[in-house]
Amino acid sequence: MTDWVKTLSKVLYVDLSKKLFWVEEREDLFSRWLGGTGVAIQLYKEEVPRGADPLGPDNAVVFAVGPLTGVFPMASKVVAVFKSPLNGLVSEAHGGGRAATAIRFAGYGAIVIKGESDIPIYIVVDDGKVRFRDAGALWGMRSSETVGRVLREALPGAGYRTIMRIGRAGERLVRYANLTVETYRHFGRMGLGAVFGSKKLKALVVIGRGGFKLPDVRTYREVYKEIYGLTKGSMTKKYHDLGTAANVLPLDKLGALPTRNFTSGRFEGAREISGEKLAEENLSRRVACTACPVACIHLAAIREEYEDERYFYKTEFVPYDHEPIYALGSNLGISDRYGLLKLIKAVEDEGVDAISTGLVLAWATEALERGIVGLNDTLVELRWGDWRNYVKAVSYIVLQPNEFYRALALGVEEAAARYGGAEFALAYNRVEPAGYHTGPLYHASLAIGFRHSHLDAGAYATDQSLVSSGAPVPSPEEAAEQIVEEESWRQVLSSLVLCFFGRGVYTKEVVSRTLRALGYEIDEKALVELGRRIYLEKHGVKFSEGFKPEEVRIPRRFLETPTPLGQIREEFLRKVIAHYAKLVRDYIEKSGSG
Amino acid sequence: MKRLVVVDSNRCVGCGLCAYACTNRYGYVGVSKSAIHVRSAGGVERGFVVVVCRACRDPPCSRACPVDALVPRKGGGVVLNPSKCIGCGFCVTACDIGAVMWDSEAMKPVICTHCGYCVEFCPHGVIALEEVG
Repeated sequence: MTDWVKTLSKVLYVDLSKKLFWVEEREDLFSRWLGGTGVAIQLYKEEVPRGADPLGPDNAVVFAVGPLTGVFPMASKVVAVFKSPLNGLVSEAHGGGRAATAIRFAGYGAIVIKGESDIPIYIVVDDGKVRFRDAGALWGMRSSETVGRVLREALPGAGYRTIMRIGRAGERLVRYANLTVETYRHFGRMGLGAVFGSKKLKALVVIGRGGFKLPDVRTYREVYKEIYGLTKGSMTKKYHDLGTAANVLPLDKLGALPTRNFTSGRFEGAREISGEKLAEENLSRRVACTACPVACIHLAAIREEYEDERYFYKTEFVPYDHEPIYALGSNLGISDRYGLLKLIKAVEDEGVDAISTGLVLAWATEALERGIVGLNDTLVELRWGDWRNYVKAVSYIVLQPNEFYRALALGVEEAAARYGGAEFALAYNRVEPAGYHTGPLYHASLAIGFRHSHLDAGAYATDQSLVSSGAPVPSPEEAAEQIVEEESWRQVLSSLVLCFFGRGVYTKEVVSRTLRALGYEIDEKALVELGRRIYLEKHGVKFSEGFKPEEVRIPRRFLETPTPLGQIREEFLRKVIAHYAKLVRDYIEKSGSG
Repeated sequence: MKRLVVVDSNRCVGCGLCAYACTNRYGYVGVSKSAIHVRSAGGVERGFVVVVCRACRDPPCSRACPVDALVPRKGGGVVLNPSKCIGCGFCVTACDIGAVMWDSEAMKPVICTHCGYCVEFCPHGVIALEEVG
């Protein structure tokens, strides 16, 4: 195995209960599992006992980077693995910003955070040391942006560091609270913010100023130049120009843009909240994660006049992407672009996941409409399109002034379990869906996917290609195989760790060349096999924690509202799930793992 | 003679690929040996600051060096003579724009040679090489 593994193999352990830290050499893990997801899942297995409370000291958060991090363009993400408080199962989220390169060039391949602090703290990793700092002054701050600003000014390492922090939502254990990175990026899904909150960990700052000597500079430069050219080319143009918001209009045209809690795939206000319109009217700056030339992060500027004084203005910046546009826009019937941006801003400030929040609010709107709940529960009139009241409701989710909002803070599944309306409480495995209603493959992939991200297997794209080609939908067994195969390959990408937006550039051939340039001896076939193995390891852990895919609830709404490929049949989804379950169980039996 | 110039820092998206390219001149990846540095101007929404040697005609870093390790370069800036350098770091403090970086492994400054290697890897035309007399 290559010496390059040694540049990665230091794992930093931080015990918040004892306020201790130490480093262990884990070449064993990094030489076998590359890095990222592959290594993080193994560390999770070592650290988190079965039955651990996701919001208790036994849960651990594992952050991991990989051999390509900061080494090739678009290797710009960190993988976080932890037990999710939203569904009580092992989970994974990816975050960008400067987090990946900061961890890598601080000299670590992974950081494990365990235990829980007795007082609010934040930790600073710099120069081989961990400092535990009192977060008393930061706890309860209204906006996570302010927390970022304070830390930015108080700490060294500008340009070399990551400042990950939670908002009030994380402190108050909203089960879908996120972890914000560099203000506008997130470990968005699955409630990592609540895990931080439960540990009384307000922020994690890592400063990384180091570097590593390459084994073969000439080969490296050749491969780098070629990949750099590709990452600037047509394969990433969409992400660069309009960003992910480029999806809004095509999805609407296709009838796959979830609208008003998935009652329709078309939104009459789509044009107003499209990537095109946002770019023309509001886009103020494009920003990149470190080591990525694409700059998909799109920031809108909104100018607002104070109500109490004429000509007195403020300008705020709001990041936008397809998912928040869907979840907080079309899915809540909001076509007022300004209102949508204000709502995204509220979600940003509080530190909640945009997708989950949008789906929770959509359920609450429908529940109020149908009289399942009353105004005494919702406190404000939740009506499609009324963004002002949705902004208020977001802060109620965080502050939880009554029983109803306490339920909303637990996720849509739990809210419906208490109040009813399960048929329009939209989630698979208690996790609210990303913004595509393209067809059966996408829904199947949500039901069996690990991260509950549309990028798990990219099945929305498979659906769309079926629409355009007119080819028949595959059998459930074939569909399951396709989804598993794609998700398996993506385990290689997330172990390296590459941004999935670079998946078109990083083909199997390109990936194996990057690794060869660093001295790894692994061919394409072995990579594919490793991806499959990591996939099965991950899902195996989930099963061992009690996940029973056969019991996945399929909300009736998903089946009723037609997709571009027609109505989805429950039988199809059940068969995909069964096939997937068999595959994972066979592995567990054979390997004795899980 | 050429010098590196920041054409328009507002075009900078903060990817940092210039800094990675610079470190790569020494056969390294990372930022440890980079003479160019990008940081936000107080939050990324306000844009970025690109810090790099501007090739002063009368370089303060050179004047601050007690052992004449930084020799003024024709066309501006300085050339480092590492065998003279004692690693005192006076040059770092002498540069008001912060463009003398520090290699904490070698304990010597990192000095921009105005080679332009970073320009090749700036995706958005932020930096360029300019002919100087």
